[in-house]
Amino acid sequence: MILATRRDILRTGAALGTLLLVRPVMAKPADMEAAIRAFTGTAPINSGKVELVLPALVENGNSVPLTVNVAHWMEPNDYMKTIAIFNEKNPQPNVAIFHLTPRAGRATVSTRIRLGDSQKLTAIAQLSDGSFWSDEAEVIVTLPACAES
Amino acid sequence: MARTLINVPPTAKRGEVIEIKTLISHPMETGFRTGPDGALIPRDIIHRFVCTYNGEEIFSADLFPAITANPFITFTTVATESGELALSWTDDKGQTQTETAKITVE
Repeated sequence: MILATRRDILRTGAALGTLLLVRPVMAKPADMEAAIRAFTGTAPINSGKVELVLPALVENGNSVPLTVNVAHWMEPNDYMKTIAIFNEKNPQPNVAIFHLTPRAGRATVSTRIRLGDSQKLTAIAQLSDGSFWSDEAEVIVTLPACAES
Repeated sequence: MARTLINVPPTAKRGEVIEIKTLISHPMETGFRTGPDGALIPRDIIHRFVCTYNGEEIFSADLFPAITANPFITFTTVATESGELALSWTDDKGQTQTETAKITVE
C-alpha cells in the first residue's frame, strides 16, 4: 500500500505554501471585538448618536481623513466623555482614544489615520453617565498603508 | 523637537465654540516596518496629546500607530476668557513639546 503519492505530496506542499503566504501581522476582526470589550467592559453598546465620517473609497491608505460627531449636548453634568476608534485589519486594533470635557462645546473630533487594508471601522462614544454608543463605517482602500514593506 | 502648525482664531466672542486645528511633524514610526537590514524599526510615535486652556485640561488624546505621520487633530472648545492655550505632544522617546497660542475673548 502506498501511503502518499507524489501528487499528494505536491498538493500538501502547495497548501502549506499558501498558508505561510497569508500576512501574519494583520489583526483579525476578533481582535477588534476584544479591544472594544477591553474599552467598554460588559456594558451594552447602543447604536445611534455617533456619526463616523470616512470616505467610502480611499486611494491612499497612508492618510485617510476621519471625523467623529456625537449628537449629544456638552453640559457640565451630562456630556460626551470619550471617543475610541477601532479597526479590523491593521496590525493593531486601536486607532485613537479622545478624551473630551464639557468645555469642548461640541462633540466633534477629526484626525487622519492609516489603513492597512479595506475594512470596517468602529467608533464608540462613552457619555458621562457611562453609556456607550457606536457607529461603523466600511472603507475600501486601493493602495494600503504598509504596502511598501 | 519638531515643527508645529496650530490654528486658533485670534479673537472670539464669549461663549462661542471655536475650532482648534493642530499638526506636528513627526514620522510616527509604527514598529511594524523593516529597515534595509531586515530588522524591525523600533516604534516611535506620539502617543499622547494634551490641550490646556489657562491651565485647565480641555482635551486629550491617546494615539496609536494607526495615526498618520505628522498627526493632525481637530477639536473644539468654548471661548470662555482671554488667555493662552497650551498644546503638548509626547512621543515614545519621552520627548514632550509644548506650544502655546493666545486668544482674545470679547
